[in-house]
Amino acid sequence: MTERFNASELLAVIAARQLRDDTTVFAGVGVPLLAAALAKRRHAPRLTMVIEGGIIGPQIAPGRLPVSTNEMRAGHRATMLPGITDAFLFAQRGFVDVGFMGGAQIDQYGNINTSVLGADYWHPKVRLPGTGGANDIASLCREVIIVTAHEKRRFVERVDFVTSPSWLRGNGSRKAAGLLFGGVSRVVTTLGILGFDPDSRRMRIDATHAGTSVDAIRQNTGFPLLEAPRVETTEPPSDDELEMLRALDPERRFLG
Amino acid sequence: MGDPHLNPAEYDFIAARRRIEAKAKSAGEKLTSLEDAASRVKDGDQLGVGGCLFSRTPLALMREILRQRRRGLTLARNLTCNEGEMFMAAGAASRVMTAWMSIGLPWGVSKILRHYVESGAVALEEWSHLALGLRFRAGAMGVPFLPALTMLGSDLVGVAGLKTVQDPYTGETLAAVPALFPDVALVHVHRADRFGNCQIDGYPHMDADIARAATTVLITAEEILSEEETRRYPDRTVIPGFVVDALVHVPFGSFPHECYGLYEADYDHFAEYCAAIDARGPSAVGEYLERYVYGPPTWSDYLDLFGGERMGLQAKRARELTR
Repeated sequence: MTERFNASELLAVIAARQLRDDTTVFAGVGVPLLAAALAKRRHAPRLTMVIEGGIIGPQIAPGRLPVSTNEMRAGHRATMLPGITDAFLFAQRGFVDVGFMGGAQIDQYGNINTSVLGADYWHPKVRLPGTGGANDIASLCREVIIVTAHEKRRFVERVDFVTSPSWLRGNGSRKAAGLLFGGVSRVVTTLGILGFDPDSRRMRIDATHAGTSVDAIRQNTGFPLLEAPRVETTEPPSDDELEMLRALDPERRFLG
Repeated sequence: MGDPHLNPAEYDFIAARRRIEAKAKSAGEKLTSLEDAASRVKDGDQLGVGGCLFSRTPLALMREILRQRRRGLTLARNLTCNEGEMFMAAGAASRVMTAWMSIGLPWGVSKILRHYVESGAVALEEWSHLALGLRFRAGAMGVPFLPALTMLGSDLVGVAGLKTVQDPYTGETLAAVPALFPDVALVHVHRADRFGNCQIDGYPHMDADIARAATTVLITAEEILSEEETRRYPDRTVIPGFVVDALVHVPFGSFPHECYGLYEADYDHFAEYCAAIDARGPSAVGEYLERYVYGPPTWSDYLDLFGGERMGLQAKRARELTR
């Protein structure tokens, strides 16, 4: 990685590029919210953010970024405050195109664990905060994009607990469980972009960032990865993207 | 899949309806003291807690419940913040039903959550955010469950005891999210008249559903309205008086949590609280309880610990964000 940007900035910029104009995105606080706000300012002016605290269309105030999805800062200049249950019901109805997610543990089928480490849910080795809205985003959005640091301890062959389901065990198991829509399309990491094989639904390398490599991605992943027929290289964040992003978080609350 | 915690009484819509039929649904006066309102909570009750995380938490009521040393409570709240930590550390709650618990991302995974749940002292029953919202909504609607497309296929199904239902029309499999009828709802609102007609500004959260789902409803309000004000703007009433059992006038009733448009959450207070836990472990919450809960006899004494300057600053910040 060059000195022009840090890992959080890279993640936010690459994640922002995944969003199209005239769509809607479910975004949590932190880097995902910055990514959505950057996309809206830069290339997707008709993008609408939906936030799980029950917020539609906020305009995040630079320097006053929310630390929770349920506080006044998250709903700054919103167009509607429908309440939490109804915000998710917009997603269940099919109105939310993209859901951004993070995760403590991610497996080769894109399933996420944010609940417990250890084998026994009722007596966990480590109790994590829980799903929040992650399970709902994973179940209900048309498409889910995971945005995360790429670390071997995070990318595990099998998660201890499936909090948020993606492709479950692959080969049609998602649909068989009653999850008729959605699923994780991409995993944007600090090393590259991962996708999924359309049949087996196992994770594969789609792109590397400039300065990383397929080998580096493999070395930082706890399971074997497939490889797309042609692995692309992403464009590094431009000065313009970085400037707009940094203006959103002058306190460096989430950009580090 | 068997679940040790989902209790059939939670979704017994027939018994829940009978309880509402049997109780007074008065259009009369509801104003009372915090002590009297909190005394409606009994040991072992399940409490539906309004607000979300550090937004519009009914902290004045919760503090009074702790002062009355209730035991064996279940807290049901969509996102649980440090009020949940206080109930765990005080030995008041043995079970927490929630989608997420910690204070907020900058303060990391709650060490108190870890301490009490990893040791098995408190059971944390995890539902997805929407599923818990639908549990309250099913309760509010008086039906035993609502069909939904969420929570399916995940390991939450097993730990929550969620069942599925086959759609009789299309044959598809749906989640059958069970109703939740809390014994008592605790809700903090912006304004209410003395008959308990309530108005909420900003985020509605799940409060109106929780109030309708519960058997007993306790309200604190920042401001008491005249009856004339209620009647002039009836579209603003989100909880009608006949649902409400007790109402207390408590300005800054969520502090140091936020109340939309009135005061912002005090992040510095959270940072001090977490620093004490980092330094001294779970016993720091015990010290916090002594200082903020058991010590000050009244809510006004409690607010004095923060001081008018701090509260005034948080009020100014709220106006800036919502004007």
